[in-house]
Amino acid sequence: MSRIEQLFDKSKQASKKVLNVYCTAGYPELNSTLDVMEALESNGADLIELGMPYSDPLADGEVIQQSGAVALDNGMTISVLFDQLKDFRQKISVPVVLMGYMNPVLQYGFENFCKKAAEVGIDGLILPDLPPMEFEQEYSLILKKYTLDFIFLVTPETAPDRIEQLDRLSSGFLYAVSSSSTTGHDKDFSEVEKYLSRLQGYQLQNPVLVGFGIKDKASFDRTTKYTDGAIIGSAYIKALGGQKGKTAITTATQSFLDTVL
Amino acid sequence: MQQKIQIDKNGYYGQFGGAYIPEMLYPNVAQLQKEYLSIMEDPSFKKEFDFLLKDYVGRPSPLYLAERLSAQIGTEIYLKREDLNHTGAHKINNAIGQVLLAQRLGKKRIIAETGAGQHGVATATVCALKGLECIVYMGEVDIERQAPNVARMKMLGAKVIPAKSGSKTLKDATNEAIRDWINNPTDTHYVIGSVVGPHPYPDMVARFQSIISEEIRWQLKEKTGHELPTHVIACVGGGSNAAGTFYHFLNESTVELIAVEAAGLGIHSGHSAATTTLGTPGVLHGSKSIVMQTPDGQVVEPHSISAGLDYPGIGPLHAHLFASGRGRFLSATDDQALKAAFNLTRLEGIIPALESAHALSGLEQVDFPKGSRVVICLSGRGDKDMDTYMKHMADFE
Repeated sequence: MSRIEQLFDKSKQASKKVLNVYCTAGYPELNSTLDVMEALESNGADLIELGMPYSDPLADGEVIQQSGAVALDNGMTISVLFDQLKDFRQKISVPVVLMGYMNPVLQYGFENFCKKAAEVGIDGLILPDLPPMEFEQEYSLILKKYTLDFIFLVTPETAPDRIEQLDRLSSGFLYAVSSSSTTGHDKDFSEVEKYLSRLQGYQLQNPVLVGFGIKDKASFDRTTKYTDGAIIGSAYIKALGGQKGKTAITTATQSFLDTVL
Repeated sequence: MQQKIQIDKNGYYGQFGGAYIPEMLYPNVAQLQKEYLSIMEDPSFKKEFDFLLKDYVGRPSPLYLAERLSAQIGTEIYLKREDLNHTGAHKINNAIGQVLLAQRLGKKRIIAETGAGQHGVATATVCALKGLECIVYMGEVDIERQAPNVARMKMLGAKVIPAKSGSKTLKDATNEAIRDWINNPTDTHYVIGSVVGPHPYPDMVARFQSIISEEIRWQLKEKTGHELPTHVIACVGGGSNAAGTFYHFLNESTVELIAVEAAGLGIHSGHSAATTTLGTPGVLHGSKSIVMQTPDGQVVEPHSISAGLDYPGIGPLHAHLFASGRGRFLSATDDQALKAAFNLTRLEGIIPALESAHALSGLEQVDFPKGSRVVICLSGRGDKDMDTYMKHMADFE
């Protein structure tokens, strides 16, 4: 059983909702990646979505764009990231999925990237600009070969048959974008609830995590009534803003997660 | 025999194209994929499009035999005068097409990106004509260097939003427009100005611009008795005027297709936009194409004196023309383009846009066999570039 499956199994048994927190590799400092991840794990994150910075992140709002720009200025690259992650499984046990955009992964070499990710102990991959057709034709077998989960996004505008298709192609979990938007926007949560409860009505094979606009305990509790958990990104990046050094990062992470859990 | 150049059902030209978009954009892009051809082929659409191209834009644009330029180069040179279109460039052909299409899709709000401002002006113009809300994203750097076009867009009633991320030019304006579309999925149509973006944009924009080569064929026949030129030349940033100029010659193997990219301060100067020389296969703005990028896959900031060519990618059609060898790709530096602009102005009394000046510069780089019939797309007029031209005036006196 994969790390992600184990997590959702355990959470279900304990009737607990999964908290997935997004952080940007190489942010706030080039070498803070592991400090941030450790702080997240020790303060209650059940899953970590580790963002690989990209020059043109189309799906991201300003906060995550900024963190990516800082990380790139700091010198973050995929090679540097894999170096940083070489022994991370000695310190971190929660599942970790890498999130990024197609272009840097293609330049690294898709198979080479998957091989390396699996070697260091990464559990899955989110590439929002990889469409299902190309995924099926070119990439799904590579992910299987390295036993990496691949997570697709669905939105309130995704048609039922396409939700079923994206769920079938996904493994690990399905990422429900709370409304059609870039990351970090405030939401009308009554609309989000309607959508999530509709989603609950489908016979999905994967657990569902909701993301985009989740920022505190109120929005976490409200949305996870209908899902297996939620993803927080921009709000945490904002809380991390400008912190330097392990102690400051840990303190900022702790006080942020205290407002969520 | 050479492979036929055409888009396949999944939106690919050879290995380039596709729709690499986040799921948030899928419903809009899928709707376009499903409906663009049937809308474009609908008689009422055709009627309105043709009417506007004729009476509003002033088409057909003349095909002009430039006699003094021809004498200088030593072969027959015809200029396809897209600069004489309403709003001053070829961009209006596509803007009209897409806005009419957006209306038929029930969209009320139009967004666009712009580099030199020509596409922004064209879109703002058609939105004024149709009474639609218009928002144009433009890089902060470009807003400064293309001030006259910013003023025009504002007078036309468009809202111009500066793109402040990255290099603050066309690439970043495109990112911002795409993000706007993600955040406004139901009421908005995104009028992309070039043959870039997810399928069906590259094909849709090429079709709207194909009027350029459609006219060239019958105009040339009228003038010379020959329907086919020996060479067609156009500048390429994203590549919309080149796509329109090449379109009806793509599968005419005797016609040499020549694209001229912007080499900025020199191809290998680190300040260039010569994508096919400097780029590698990658994904940018929703399609797989050739992209200028670092070995780590970060898109690099290009440079060209011409805001319309200052783009680190190229449409997937052009990537395919390059990779398959069907197209010949040249480049012109900022200085070469300036020289060509002053040369045309003094020989023919036509001030070209800086973008088109790159295409003109290509003339000096090709050995034309005797009897060649060369058509160059003069994609736009130089009014918007007068500040830049005045700065360099002394070099050409």
